Amino acid sequence: MSVSLKTTYLGLELDSPLMASSSPLGRTIEGLHRLAEAGASAVVLPSLFEEQIEHDTYQMHEALEYGAETYAEHAGGFLPEFEAYNTGPERYIDLVAKAREELSIPVIASLNGITTGGWVEHARRLEQAGASALELNVYFIAADADQTGAEVEQRYLDLVAAVRETIEIPLAVKVGPYFSSTANMARRLTEAGADGLVLFNRFYQPDIDLTELEVVPNVVLSTSAELRLPLRWIAILKGRVDASLAATTGVHTSEDVLKLLLAGADVTMMASALLRHGPEWIGTVADGVRQWMVEHEYVSVEQLKGSMSQASAPDPAAFERANYMESLITYAAPEV
Amino acid sequence: MERPIVTVDGNEACATVAHKLSEVIAIYPITPSSGMGEMADAWSSAGRTNLWRNIPTVIEMQSEGGAAGACHGAIQAGALTTTFTASQGLLLMIPNMYKIAGELSSGVIHVSARTIATHALSIFGDHSDVMAVRQTGFAMLASSSVQEAQDMAAIAHAATMPSRVPFLHFFDGFRTSHEVAKIERLLDSDLEALMDRDAIAAHRARAMDPEHPVLRGTAQNPDVFFQAREASNPYHDAVAGIVQEKMDAFGELTGRRYHLFDYYGAPDAERVVVLMGSGVGAALEAIRRLTADGEKVGVVVVRLYRPFDTAAFLSALPQTVKSIAVLDRTKEPGANGEPLYQDVLTSLVEAHAAGSLHLTAGVPRVIGGRYGLSSKEFTPAMVKAALDEAGKDSPKPHFTLGIVDDVTHLSLAHDEEWDTDGEGVVRALFFGLGADGTVGANKNSVKIIGEHTPMHAQGYFVYDSKKSGAMTVSHLRFGEEEILSTYLIDKASFVACHQFGLMEKVDVLGRARKGAKFLLNSPYGAEGTWDRLTREAQSQIIDKQIEFYVVDGYQVAKEAGLGGRINTVLQTCFFHLAGILPPEEAKDAIKESIRKTYGKRGQTVLDRNFAAVDAAVANLYRVEVPAEATSSKRLRPAVPDTVPDFVERVTAMIIDGKGDLLPVSAMPVDGTFPTATAQYEKRSIAMEIPIWDDEVCIDCGRCPLVCPHAAIRIKYFDAEELEKAPEGFLHADPRGKDFPGKVFTIQVAPDDCTGCGVCVNICPAKSKEEVKHKAINMEPKDDHLEQERANYEFFLSIPEVDRTTVNTSTLKGSQSLRPLFEYSGACAGCGETPYVKLVSQLFGDRMIVANATGCSSIYGGNLPTTPWAVDDAGRGPTWSNSLFEDNAEFGLGMRLAVDQRHQAALEALADVADIIGDDLLVEVVNADQTSEQGIAEQRARVARLQEMLEKEGSPRSRWALSLLDAVIRKSVWIMGGDGWAYDIGFGGLDHVLASGKDVNVLVLDTEVYSNTGGQASKATPRAAIAKFATAGKVTGKKDLGMIAMAYGNVYVAQIAMGANMNQTVRAISEAESYSGPSLIIAYSPCIAHGIDMAEQMDHQKEAAASGYWPMYRFDPRLAASEEHPFVLDSRPPSMPFADFAKKEARFAMLQRTNPETAGKLIEAAQEDITERRRLYEQLAGVERGLPGEEVGR
Repeated sequence: MSVSLKTTYLGLELDSPLMASSSPLGRTIEGLHRLAEAGASAVVLPSLFEEQIEHDTYQMHEALEYGAETYAEHAGGFLPEFEAYNTGPERYIDLVAKAREELSIPVIASLNGITTGGWVEHARRLEQAGASALELNVYFIAADADQTGAEVEQRYLDLVAAVRETIEIPLAVKVGPYFSSTANMARRLTEAGADGLVLFNRFYQPDIDLTELEVVPNVVLSTSAELRLPLRWIAILKGRVDASLAATTGVHTSEDVLKLLLAGADVTMMASALLRHGPEWIGTVADGVRQWMVEHEYVSVEQLKGSMSQASAPDPAAFERANYMESLITYAAPEV
Repeated sequence: MERPIVTVDGNEACATVAHKLSEVIAIYPITPSSGMGEMADAWSSAGRTNLWRNIPTVIEMQSEGGAAGACHGAIQAGALTTTFTASQGLLLMIPNMYKIAGELSSGVIHVSARTIATHALSIFGDHSDVMAVRQTGFAMLASSSVQEAQDMAAIAHAATMPSRVPFLHFFDGFRTSHEVAKIERLLDSDLEALMDRDAIAAHRARAMDPEHPVLRGTAQNPDVFFQAREASNPYHDAVAGIVQEKMDAFGELTGRRYHLFDYYGAPDAERVVVLMGSGVGAALEAIRRLTADGEKVGVVVVRLYRPFDTAAFLSALPQTVKSIAVLDRTKEPGANGEPLYQDVLTSLVEAHAAGSLHLTAGVPRVIGGRYGLSSKEFTPAMVKAALDEAGKDSPKPHFTLGIVDDVTHLSLAHDEEWDTDGEGVVRALFFGLGADGTVGANKNSVKIIGEHTPMHAQGYFVYDSKKSGAMTVSHLRFGEEEILSTYLIDKASFVACHQFGLMEKVDVLGRARKGAKFLLNSPYGAEGTWDRLTREAQSQIIDKQIEFYVVDGYQVAKEAGLGGRINTVLQTCFFHLAGILPPEEAKDAIKESIRKTYGKRGQTVLDRNFAAVDAAVANLYRVEVPAEATSSKRLRPAVPDTVPDFVERVTAMIIDGKGDLLPVSAMPVDGTFPTATAQYEKRSIAMEIPIWDDEVCIDCGRCPLVCPHAAIRIKYFDAEELEKAPEGFLHADPRGKDFPGKVFTIQVAPDDCTGCGVCVNICPAKSKEEVKHKAINMEPKDDHLEQERANYEFFLSIPEVDRTTVNTSTLKGSQSLRPLFEYSGACAGCGETPYVKLVSQLFGDRMIVANATGCSSIYGGNLPTTPWAVDDAGRGPTWSNSLFEDNAEFGLGMRLAVDQRHQAALEALADVADIIGDDLLVEVVNADQTSEQGIAEQRARVARLQEMLEKEGSPRSRWALSLLDAVIRKSVWIMGGDGWAYDIGFGGLDHVLASGKDVNVLVLDTEVYSNTGGQASKATPRAAIAKFATAGKVTGKKDLGMIAMAYGNVYVAQIAMGANMNQTVRAISEAESYSGPSLIIAYSPCIAHGIDMAEQMDHQKEAAASGYWPMYRFDPRLAASEEHPFVLDSRPPSMPFADFAKKEARFAMLQRTNPETAGKLIEAAQEDITERRRLYEQLAGVERGLPGEEVGR
């Protein structure tokens, strides 16, 4: 029996719910080809970081100016001047254009900005370059004790609204889970113009080097255990917000994919799994999904999507329960 | 098509034409011509084509000699060829210039004329270089302005082709090469019209080509050489006519009409000056003013200097001339007049003798004067003085201008008050620091005025002689009148001071005229600024009725995200106050110029600068000026109260910016100066200084080792010394057993520290309670200044450790020794100076230094002061710089002399054996001076000998006394950068290493020509960008150490202080102790690497960790033992080269601008590293015997 893996995300018709998430694998056109050939139904490019661009640009400017005009013999500075510096988003935009030209699957550009001005300008250019959709990767640590939760939320909403106004292509928003009212925030984001929500962003986690006593970045690949967080929120949000839902943390195996689809995800996105096993892993996962569907007599992804959402699950309260107590008790007194 | 009006400097004006009209350009960096080569290289890299739509090939050579050789070859093989040079560079071209001219071949050398080093080096301008090649057979064409630097460049290229005589086109270094002015740019069609295609075809037809072979460069014998030499006469005879034809054609095209000699002034002039170069501007101003006053004076401007066309010269003279003052910008000691003077005189006398001189008054009286050596100011008042002298009944036949010669009394006094300043020109002065962008902004201001208004505009920029904390003064003129003033501004109607700190050190308002506007960058606002000014500044503001404005540039810049770059803020305020353009138009124009300058670097740079422009004027306030000066603060004296006599009389004047006032008698006659003078120049440039926390310190000795300025020091001393210590002076107990019974202190020199932060960065000790707090921490200087000054004064008074008790070859041992290289003006955080200082600690008291020209000769020996110092006994390094190319030979000569004198001393002592006794003689002869102890004992013997011999007093004793010091072991050091060791001086270095003599070579390897601003050398690594390698260096770095090791008897070490301090100290000690030649290649991070210099030691660490900079020692002494002579001190690489490279802009910039090329180059560079590691590992396992001993002579 053949099963259909087809799904729709942001209004885009996809061959399967198995997308490649934003990761280093998508940095080059060769990498993108490999992902497409491996069966990714769509790709999200690595984020264009506005802050990075600003930082790099200014740093390069400083390097060029450093030491200039300090002494008569090196009045002009120490580094040669170039005709062009490639500091802006041009290279990224070129990659979007090239990917769209060469790949048959949708190419979703990802943008990480910090100012309304930067978001809007870059979003417009990415749309012009032919991006199938745009994913706003809102990466913001609310560390300012003077800033209220409401102000932080408003900042998100302003950014989404500003970009929505600028572009015609579908718009997804990738956020972290740290809102006081995640469901409310999800709704307001869609009201502000998001066509889809990507749940959730994994923030960079600092670590401490005990030898050097320095704070160091510690990038750890995700594990399947991490999918519980998006699983819950997708199940809760399914049917309650007018937006596509994408799951993006902890997707490693066909089982992971199936659970998220059952909870209500339109697509699942993989990054860590592909970094660990290579792009071809997508095929393995797809086979697993297909096999499970055959065994359990599902004919299409559309059929199983959201069939265990909070609204459709036999025990809706389970998604809301503060599971902590029960888990603890269960662990303390396992059934024999 | 209309010719564009552009605002450029003289180098760009000239290079634009040269690049358009050349096919092969062979270059080598030398100030002030480097800019021309850099531009030509950058243009070719970017694909800019010449007039014939080809991209000229630009190649950097190993020296100017090499560039001249390559040019000669290119010309012989038929290319249109050019080069750019100056000064010593031109001298190195002389042999080829004779050849090129002798073979009647077309080509052009563009020269930004610069002083030739004599008693001292000077980077500034005069004609001593071009005058040294006037005999080569090259035609010589002089430009006197930025416009002419373009125009004459075109005429030179146009005339060389049909004449077949090569041309040297020159203009004055700095005054023209670096002056920014508004000029009319030539169109391609102009150049096309000037260039004779048939003549180019003929040049190509003469080229060497196997299709029609020739033989050129023969050897000739007495029978024919002479006749052959004369055979070219008709060609030289024709040059003047051809040049005039081209000038006429040029005049038809552009309206600018030039002649071989141009006369300006009264048609009935009786007194005339003759000169060439940038001094013409000042002369024209003087003549205009004097003729307007009815004086019968004029000036003859020389354009074609060689061949000197007598007829054209005579016809340029007014018939009425009675006396002529010829002004030469060069000096020929011993000659009966300088060259131009002699040419003029010869022309007149020859014509008179031939009966062809038709001047009303017969042969005029001719006097000759020198002016403007090394860019000495040359003003209209001096021209007037020369004309006045010429009009006297018995003038000085030979004279000088612009100085006070109180020794030979040649100088003419000039009237300081006489000037030609018209009302139509605005004069503005800007005081800034090198790092704050003042000069860059002012260059843009000149462009804005030049290109947005019909006004004329001129900018000239003066730098001081330090590389850190250096002051810049920008001189801007603009107005409706043509600007001819080729001298500094003396009376300014606008003065800006971009750095509040300068107000205490410099007489900023000394040159402000009455009613001038004064703009000060002040963090204290309209209310708080006045009281913080010095009494001198307050008085001048009141007395001169100055309009006083302040803006807090730092605040505005910071808010705009520009950090400390205040230039656009101040520039906007300048335009606002000067009222050159309507306010909004001015803002738009500034933004437009920012876009032009920085646009290609990215939007962020523009956005931030635009924000600063928008916010500037809102933060500009006028200060209410009180009626009285009340400040108790005074302008800081140049030097402290008690200094040696010479420092007080001479050095202090130079520090104070008053060197121009020093008379001839004040100067040493032979260029010899006292050392240990940097200590008197308290520059106090740091904003933050390192403050020691004795409780956290672990006594590792690293901070004093890495300090590039010897401004943080460690001393181990007896606790009883502390009785005299000022309150608040800290100390601690040493760790380890090196200094039993002592305590120690780490102390900053607060007025000498540059605030670079290298010491804090290297400090490994972290507080247990707050990890960011180290044993030394950068803190605001003003909070600590008084305490640290007192501390440092006391610290210096603590007795130095006894050298004979210290293990000097360890890190801590070396750092307990007093540095005899201190407070240099090198760039803050310099990567070279820590090595130099370390060597001075280890061997300074018996060290002779030969220093190649470059950064180290500038921070080591540029007046006013020198960091080379003396110890308590008055001993210290003795230092000299010869040239760039000959340093190894120079040092070898010192070694030979030292050895010879040692030998002579022993013989002389043997002659007085009866006086000193055989025992002492034997002790002196057999002294073991391989340790500090041994040297101290020999010194004690010398003291005894001296006493005996002085007492005895016979001629034999006096002879022995004159040689006595030579029995103390000397340490000969040959120091220089990679440009010297790898490129221009390599042949000599190779020879010196091969000599087997006991010299120590220290190569301060910054991997780039640092002093001239970052051009590639053969030490530049693959994948790095540098000037002359804009597209990334495609070839690998030369392995200088391997080449030296091939001799087998050379001690070779490669070191990197930041990567392995112990290895550094050890290698330097071993090298010095080796009795043959030693070569130490020291990794020296530089600003040109595009790194934060505070973190230079981290970069060294990663350079080693990536295998990029392997450390090793090759000790020939081990070859004689069972051990391997090659010791690889670096562990196998633990990180990829790419990770190291991405942290340095020299690599990272290419990765951004051209990732594909960068990727390939980085990969190739990684292969270089891997392969070298493999080779070195093999070497570390290889046994090698000593090569055969030198066989007797």
